Formats: sequence, C-alpha cells, structure tokens
Amino acid sequence: MALQLEQARRERVREGSPWTGLWAVVAKEMADHLTSVRMRILEVLIVLTASGTVYAALQNLRTTIGQDRFLFLRLLTTARDPLPAFVGFLGFLVPLTAIALAFDAVNGEFNRRTLSRVLAQPIYRDALLFGKFLAGFFTLALVLTTIWLLVMGLGLLHLGVPPSGEEVARSLWYLLATVFYGGIWLALALVFSIVFRQPATAALASIAVWLFFIVFWGMIASLLAQVLRPVQFGFPQEILAQSKLELTLARLSPNTLYSEITLALLHPTVRALGLVLPIQLHGAILGTPLPLRQSLLLTWPQLTGLIAATILLFALGYVLFQRQEIRP
Amino acid sequence: MGELVIETRGLTKHYGDLAAVEALNLAVEQGEVFGMLGPNGSGKTTTILMLLGLTEPTAGSVQVLGFDPARQPLSVKARVGYLPEQLGFYDELTARENLIYIAKLNGLRRDEAYKRIDQALEQMGLGEVADNRVATFSRGMRQRLGVAEVLLKRPQLIIMDEPTQGLDPEAAREFLDIIRDLKAAGITILLASHLLHQVQAVCDRVGLFHQGRMVLEGTVKELAQQVLGGAYRIRLEADGAALEEALQSLPGVVNVNHPDANTYELEASSDLRTEAARAVIEAGGRLLALDVEEPSLDEVYTRYFQEVEHGAAA
Repeated sequence: MALQLEQARRERVREGSPWTGLWAVVAKEMADHLTSVRMRILEVLIVLTASGTVYAALQNLRTTIGQDRFLFLRLLTTARDPLPAFVGFLGFLVPLTAIALAFDAVNGEFNRRTLSRVLAQPIYRDALLFGKFLAGFFTLALVLTTIWLLVMGLGLLHLGVPPSGEEVARSLWYLLATVFYGGIWLALALVFSIVFRQPATAALASIAVWLFFIVFWGMIASLLAQVLRPVQFGFPQEILAQSKLELTLARLSPNTLYSEITLALLHPTVRALGLVLPIQLHGAILGTPLPLRQSLLLTWPQLTGLIAATILLFALGYVLFQRQEIRP
Repeated sequence: MGELVIETRGLTKHYGDLAAVEALNLAVEQGEVFGMLGPNGSGKTTTILMLLGLTEPTAGSVQVLGFDPARQPLSVKARVGYLPEQLGFYDELTARENLIYIAKLNGLRRDEAYKRIDQALEQMGLGEVADNRVATFSRGMRQRLGVAEVLLKRPQLIIMDEPTQGLDPEAAREFLDIIRDLKAAGITILLASHLLHQVQAVCDRVGLFHQGRMVLEGTVKELAQQVLGGAYRIRLEADGAALEEALQSLPGVVNVNHPDANTYELEASSDLRTEAARAVIEAGGRLLALDVEEPSLDEVYTRYFQEVEHGAAA
C-alpha cells in the first residue's frame, strides 16, 4: 500500500526543476531589452523628463533651502508650470515602459517561429515565461534605479546639502513601489502577449487598459458610488457611505494605489489616506511629519496590493501559457 | 531487430471532436531513417509533438529512448533533436549567438559549448558566416543552422518536420546528403514529409499516414507489393501473336497491360525479365525492348489515395 502510494506520488511529480534554464532565458532577454532600439528611445525619454522636471524643481527650491526638512523629497514632488512634478511624469512613463518591455514577449516568439525550437530544449515552459517576466522586471528596476541615482546626484550638485538618511530611505521605498507598479503593467502586457497573436493588438490592449484606469475609472467609481449608495436625505451617514464606496472602488485601480503610496511616502506630513473625520484628528498636531515606520504602515496595504496584483496577473498568464498549443 | 528508439502503443490525440492521431503503433529502430508520409493534416506533426512531450496524448503510451515524454520531458528533450517545419531564429542575433542561447538552455558548460558550436557550424559549412546575423541567411543556410543547433546536444535521435520544403533542388539535394551523413554517424532519424521522391531517396522504412492513422508501413518495396500488387513493373516491346496470354500465364505475374500493339506492361512480384523474354521467344515472338522499373513511392501514394477515394465513394 505504502509502496503504491509512493509510486503514485512519483508518477505525478514532474521530472527535474521547473527553473532549469531560467537564467539563460533571463540573460538573453535582458540583453535583448538593453540593446533594443525601443528601450533606447524610452530611456532617452525618461532621462530627459527626469532631468527636466528635477531641474525645474531645483529652480523653485533654491529659494527655500534651509527652511525645509525634506528638501530632497520636494525635489521629486515639486511642480513648476508648465512642467508637472517628477513623480507625475514617472507615474506616466513607467506603465508605458513596462508595456513596451512585454507586449511582444510570447507572440513575438510565435511569429518568429522560435517558440517550438526553444521549447524543444530541455526546459519547461515555466522557465521561459518566468524568465521573460524577470528580465523585464530587472530591466525596469535597472532603469528606475539609474534615474533615482541621477536625481540624487543632481540634487547633491545643485542643492549643496546631502540628503538625510530618512529621505534616502523614503525615496528608496518609493523606488520599490514604482518598480512593482511597473510590474503590474509588465504582467498585464505579458498576459496579452499570450492571448493575442499580433504584438500590435497586445500593445493596444495593454494601453487601452491603462487609459481606462487613468482616465475613466475615477469617473466610473464616482458614478457607481452615486447609484449604489445614493444620498437621498442628505444625512451624514449617507454621504459617508457614498464616499467610502467611491474610495474602495477607486482603489481597485493600480493608479490609485500607486498615487496613494507616493503621497504617503514622499509627503511625510500626510497622516491618513482616504477619509478622515474631524473627531479622528482630535489631539493630532497637524503639519508634523510622521516617522518613516508610520508612513510605511500607512502604505502597507497599498504596497501589498500592488505586489499581489502583479503576482495574480503573472499567474493568469502562466495558466494560459501552459494550456496553449505551441503548433504554428 | 535492433533496439527500439521510438515505440508508441495506441497513441491517440483528440482536439475536441477531431481525432488528430488515432491508435498509432509506431516502432522505430536504432540507426534507421524512418519516413512519415502523408498529406497535410494527417497527424504527422501532432505525433511529433507528442514524441517530444510538447503535447499531451489523449490516450496510449509513448516511449522515446526508454523515457516517457509526458513524464520525463527533460530527459527526452536533452537527447532528441527537433527540427520544426517552420524553422525560426532570432534574426537580429548572429548564427553563433543563436547557438550559444540554445547551448545555455541545454546547460552546457561554456568551454564545452563553444567547442561544440564551432564544430557544428564547421560541419554544416557555416564556419565562414558564423558571425553574420541570421537575417542575412538563405533558407538553405537556416536549415543547416537548424541541424547545427540540433547537433549541439549530441542527439541519439533527430526528428525533422518537412525538412526540405521550400528548398531549391540543389539545397534539397545537399540536405539529403546531410541526412545520410547523420545516419552514417549512427543517429536515428524520424522524418515527416510529403515530398515523396526525397523520402524514398533517404528512408529505410516508410509509414503512410491518412486521417490520423498509419495505414501502411514498411520498406518502399513492401508498400509497393501491398498497394500496387506487384513490386516490379516490366515493360517490353515485342512483335508476335498471342503474347499477352503467354505472359499472363507466367508464375509471379500479377497483371499484364497491353497499351498499344507492340507494348506490354507486366506487374510482377519479382524480377521476371528472363522468364518474360523466354516466354516471348517460345511463343514465336520477336523481342524488341525489355526494361524494368523500380516502383516509386509516388505511384504507391497516388494509387493508395485513389483506392481510398474509390472506397469512400462506393
């Protein structure tokens, strides 16, 4: 009996590790990303906007040096007309970059007829898909870290004061959140690259989803909240319920999660995300910054939400890819 | 009887209601070149994908080099080379870079990989263009690069899907020579194709596929015996009376055609040239010409599918 069970278990187990060949895929894909014209264009775009916005912020900040505890964070969040702030630009460019990295990941291999040849090597499909995701993720992290260093360097040169430990820590957490925010769009584009045979369709579909969340979801959330929790008599409870629902719905969008994280991490004086009743502010000293730990605690649900969404999307792509027939 | 490299029993694959492969029993021996022959959509590619563990069979069992591709795909894929029908490479990379990627996926150590890559490229006559981008390669060169890639893993078995399709006659002939060289090196080869004279030129045995089933199997001669009735066709020109009856009565003659006054076509189970000549002379005729045609796979193929159609119509 025990012997039979053992044999049954062995038969169900796949031979070898699903990650055989993973790093070969990652290395090849990263090399492709870093040398592709597509990536070069995006890098130039990002570096230009980063230096442009930071330079504009510097012009503003020079007048207030010495009055602000979080000068380096201001560098990222200060906008000067007509340019938006650095974080605004990044929130716009990161999804684009992530989509550009993955929209032709799987269908590209199909169309080049390389998929069956690669899968005939002693690796599992897991390694190919995860390798492609990791390569995109690492590329994104590499680009964003470079920009982070660039901004810090510019700040050092022009402000003439070093950043405090807390500022460095906060901006690093912000960097991490940005990478995972990109991870969502990377995983989404990867899923579309499995579903659609045409890379152009996959790219358009990814951009459509992104536009939907950035432009329409806010409106839809507010409309839905008005329909589902109507304010009939003007009671405070009614208004509160409606606002709460609207906020919950809005948080289904990764953009909302990401902007809340940005807000809490880069503005240390923000003490709450979402609705605050006057009674909850009793005893609080307004305008004093929160310690990093508290700000992190505040954004923890949003941060885990971003990571969870990335993993869920990747898992969806994984299931779709495993079931796909590879014949042309 | 050599050792079996491929053995399938009752192998079946359904896509929904469509039976792509039905109860296939295939046995390929060590060192032979086996040709899978059949029209498009007869289940050749599906069979290949199941042999490699790239598609799960609906029913039946497969053994490739003693491994089950569905359970031990890595062991199978480490030992079996696959040349797909649509052979694609990363065009923006050089031939060498393409092979380096494949070598890495096979887990070869760097120095070993580089050695094997140089060797394989040289062997396929691509040494000169090793550092050119694959985008500049002709179809024949791509095909040879495909073989070079397959050779990296020192395979015991190579599976080729329509390897000569789209090649010009010269490149196709060169490719058939490559197949012969591989066979001489002791590698078993499974070949799927519908280009009959090429299959006939290199294959030891042939399996004829039709609607997911292997309907005929054997050497070309055996197939001709089964389908055409006689494996030999003897053409003779002779002058004389009542020759047809004389030829007909020879032992071993299956059929005699008499297309025009002096021409006779014999279908026979063995080479009956001497007997036929004697029969003509003994019947008082004058022998003008005598020739024997080897049966061609083309004829077998055409005749078989004609019969299938007639059978379906009846």
